[in-house]
Amino acid sequence: MERLVDPTIRAESAWRANSEKIAFAVMVAALIVAPFFAYPLFLMQALCFALFACAFNVLIGYVGLLSFGHALYFGWASYLAAHAAKVWGFTPELAILTGTFAAAALGLVAGSLAIRRQGIYFAMVTLALAQMMYFVALQAKFTGGEDGIQAVPRGKLFGLIDLTNVMTMYVVVVVIFLAGFVFIYRIIHSPFGEVLKAIRENEARAISLGYKTDRYKLLAFVLSATLAGVAGSTKAIVFQIASLTDVYWTMSGEVVLMTLVGGLGTIFGPVAGAFIIIAMQNYLNDLDQWVLVIQGVIFVACVLLFRRGIVGEIAHLLRIKL
Amino acid sequence: MKRFLGTAALAVVLAAGTAQAQQVTVKIGVLSDMSSLYADIGGPGSVASAKMAIADFAAKNKDIKVELVSGDHQNKPDIGSQIANQWADVDKVDLIIDTPNSGVALAVSQVVATKNKLFIVSGAAASDLTGPKCNANTIHWTYDTWMLANGTGKALVKTGGDSWFFLTADYAFGHALERDTMAVVEKNGGKVLGKVRHPLNTNDFSSFLLQAQASKAKVIGLANAGGDTINSIKQAAEFGIVKGGQSLAGLLVFSSDVNALGLQTAQGLVLTETWYWDANDINRAWTKRWQTERGAAGKFPTMIHAGVYSGITHYLKAVAALKSAADGKAVAAKMKEMPTDDPLFGKGTVRADGRKIHDAYLFEVKKPAESKYPGDFYKLRATIPAAEAFRPLKEGNCPLVGS
Amino acid sequence: MFEIFGIPSQALFGQLLIGLINGSFYALLSLGLAVIFGMLNIINFTHGAQYMMGAFAAYLLLQHTGIGYWPALIVAPILVGITGMIVERTMLQWLYKLDHLYGLLLTFGLALIIEGVARNYYGSAGLPYTVPESLQGGRNLGFMFLPNYRAWVVVASLTICLGTWFVIERTRLGANLRAATENPTLVRAFGINVPRMITLTYGFGVALAAFAGVMAAPIYNVSPQMGAELIIVVFAVVVIGGMGSILGAIITGFGLGVIEGLTKVFFPEASNTVIFVIMAIVLLVRPAGLFGRRA
Repeated sequence: MERLVDPTIRAESAWRANSEKIAFAVMVAALIVAPFFAYPLFLMQALCFALFACAFNVLIGYVGLLSFGHALYFGWASYLAAHAAKVWGFTPELAILTGTFAAAALGLVAGSLAIRRQGIYFAMVTLALAQMMYFVALQAKFTGGEDGIQAVPRGKLFGLIDLTNVMTMYVVVVVIFLAGFVFIYRIIHSPFGEVLKAIRENEARAISLGYKTDRYKLLAFVLSATLAGVAGSTKAIVFQIASLTDVYWTMSGEVVLMTLVGGLGTIFGPVAGAFIIIAMQNYLNDLDQWVLVIQGVIFVACVLLFRRGIVGEIAHLLRIKL
Repeated sequence: MKRFLGTAALAVVLAAGTAQAQQVTVKIGVLSDMSSLYADIGGPGSVASAKMAIADFAAKNKDIKVELVSGDHQNKPDIGSQIANQWADVDKVDLIIDTPNSGVALAVSQVVATKNKLFIVSGAAASDLTGPKCNANTIHWTYDTWMLANGTGKALVKTGGDSWFFLTADYAFGHALERDTMAVVEKNGGKVLGKVRHPLNTNDFSSFLLQAQASKAKVIGLANAGGDTINSIKQAAEFGIVKGGQSLAGLLVFSSDVNALGLQTAQGLVLTETWYWDANDINRAWTKRWQTERGAAGKFPTMIHAGVYSGITHYLKAVAALKSAADGKAVAAKMKEMPTDDPLFGKGTVRADGRKIHDAYLFEVKKPAESKYPGDFYKLRATIPAAEAFRPLKEGNCPLVGS
Repeated sequence: MFEIFGIPSQALFGQLLIGLINGSFYALLSLGLAVIFGMLNIINFTHGAQYMMGAFAAYLLLQHTGIGYWPALIVAPILVGITGMIVERTMLQWLYKLDHLYGLLLTFGLALIIEGVARNYYGSAGLPYTVPESLQGGRNLGFMFLPNYRAWVVVASLTICLGTWFVIERTRLGANLRAATENPTLVRAFGINVPRMITLTYGFGVALAAFAGVMAAPIYNVSPQMGAELIIVVFAVVVIGGMGSILGAIITGFGLGVIEGLTKVFFPEASNTVIFVIMAIVLLVRPAGLFGRRA
């Protein structure tokens, strides 16, 4: 249908159609200049969590499954990556791959159990499984109990590039994050992603259309766990430590919070949410004792007042996709 | 405009010049658990102690400017090392102090070593900090696991508690505490009749306590910490274990835990500490000040709080002697060279491996009838002299100690 | 005296009994969750925090008003139940039309707030609370020493659980409740105030959690984090039992307590994972839960 339109409207609709690309360009530009203004370790931490939140968002945002146990994949991947780098002497990229595979395998097992139940039960099952693996991590010898695995060497990427330099490390983290981000974007906009959204809207209808929804859900679950694993492994290499923090249920709660704050089911929401929450933890030092309460208040406020999250609200106001 | 800029720059240089001549600036960071499990043994109370130490020092030394920051590691080693990194890189903190939780302390001690800052541990227990994992930038002040195991284990065996049963938290820390205490007990002629490993954060200890009761051991050693210790003591009282003639030995119990349990429940518990608020007039007066500073009249400082005060006091003396806080290793060396002397711990020394040496005390928790006022928790059972209280220098395997 | 797998039978009986005591808490808490879920269709993540509030209320009543254990057993659940009803009226009621997950997220946030506030005002080491005078001591049963208080816990929680089951399944009030769950519009047409019923149900479920908290105060550490981990175990219990049935929740609670107790004897290292393992097995064999109806 061709219509005569005012060129400004056409320009505006072009802007609308490309809003995601524009936002992506802005994000990349921001990541390039950011280390000159902010503390690089903070940025790397936020990026690891941003990828983690994006991975989590694949499930909640596009399949409608709330996993309350995503710390399991994040934390166990970081343990495996740390162990591989420290004890087996792997190069960082191999260590990260090791962690990622571990997360994928755990995701396959936990996912095939969890998708047997729906809705709230799904959330409780994932939480319980994660808690079980937390106890395993606590008691296992190689995880170092409360101390965690410390003094993990950053090593040399491909055996060549020394990662002890902060800026080199930062570049690597940005590349990993962007790769993960683009990968998720492609999944969501693929035919597979469309089926996932169909399941979210109405699972019974998707089944009646002949889709084996359980397989789609499981695949989405494993993908999400794997990407969470990439994030966890990277964090272990960057901070040279893997600890119980990352497998505990509070971490599962935090990733839910980041995604909720940013906007469930938006591409950029989890990234924004991760940066906001991590910044809050880093820069509100005086409010130490109130962090838990503040997090709780944000949860409540998000659920009651702006369920779309920050990015979701912006997208809604501007009537664009983000 | 240009001229103005020039003058301004000159003014800055001048100010910097005079500041260097007259004033040394020191920045101290209290890194503690502000909000969770160990917030009562360290946390805001440690910040209060730090403020008092700085105020007392500033009253006598006008030419050194001391700033204080604090951070919450939330008992997470990764967060602890992040804060330590940020303090060293961005905030230019010279000394990090306190840090209950051994995992966090080990992580921070690595950070200070790479950044050449200084770390005084008051809150954490792991004796590895002055053992295989020691370094030239870390000083361990108040207590450690070896000293707790040794103090409680040895003193009890010598006073007749020669058969033991261990209730051990099933993770690295619990195992270490159990191992160290077992060694002490056996070395002093005691026997270990059995042990049971319980998962961390267990709610119900009754089945473990039944096993302990059935063992007929004279002493039940609690090789656990925090909530687990409190739960096991509480339920031991319920099962009448102390009334039945067995004693409970807490291997990591603080006065704040005793306060949480109440004397009715905790009575008869035996434990080791290096400082007790009600031991003498100086401590009592200091406690009064601390309560005002902390804004909590009903709370009592723990040995960790006292350690923070004492540690900072000695640190600032060393900085004053060197006239600089920039080189962490140099300050640590100065602290080891100078004998320590402060109102709370008296005279002492810091050893080559970074271990601060002072007396330790074996206490028994009073019966409710014996307690005359709030905070009247302990009676002294034995004093362990400084020379025996801590692990001998040679046994620690600290790389700093030449063989 | 005979032995089973190397464990003296006496010790075994003792452990069975103790398992039943632990089970009492699981049963009370999962019952509360089931009651709330049945009526409001939300999973109450705040349940652990409300359990903690019950214990704190008992402590505060004793400290500030001198009200002892026995009155607290009634007063504390009522007070905490009222706060629950306020929460339902001001927050939860806006979520009924939305995806159930929002209820979970909201109650999770509330749990964080409550725990955080409690930590700030009372620290985290815990608060003292002793066994009431009249229940101190215990009796020797021949095979074990049973503290009187433990015996009381089993009796009281069994009574409460069965009483609740009776009211919901066997009385007119319960019939109305169940009908309102099935078809609120129709029940409203009969002149029953459904929203008020929902509020009261939530209050009651919360009061059950607080009741469990008061019962726990003399034997477990009264601290802000006392409910946080427990609630995860109770979630697993609920998944195993399925929330469709009140009796199912009660039986599973007691049953898993016993199984956990036995694990502490035979394989103590696994005693805090055993319930989760059972959950995984149940999901494989009977995805809807032992007593659940397939949704």
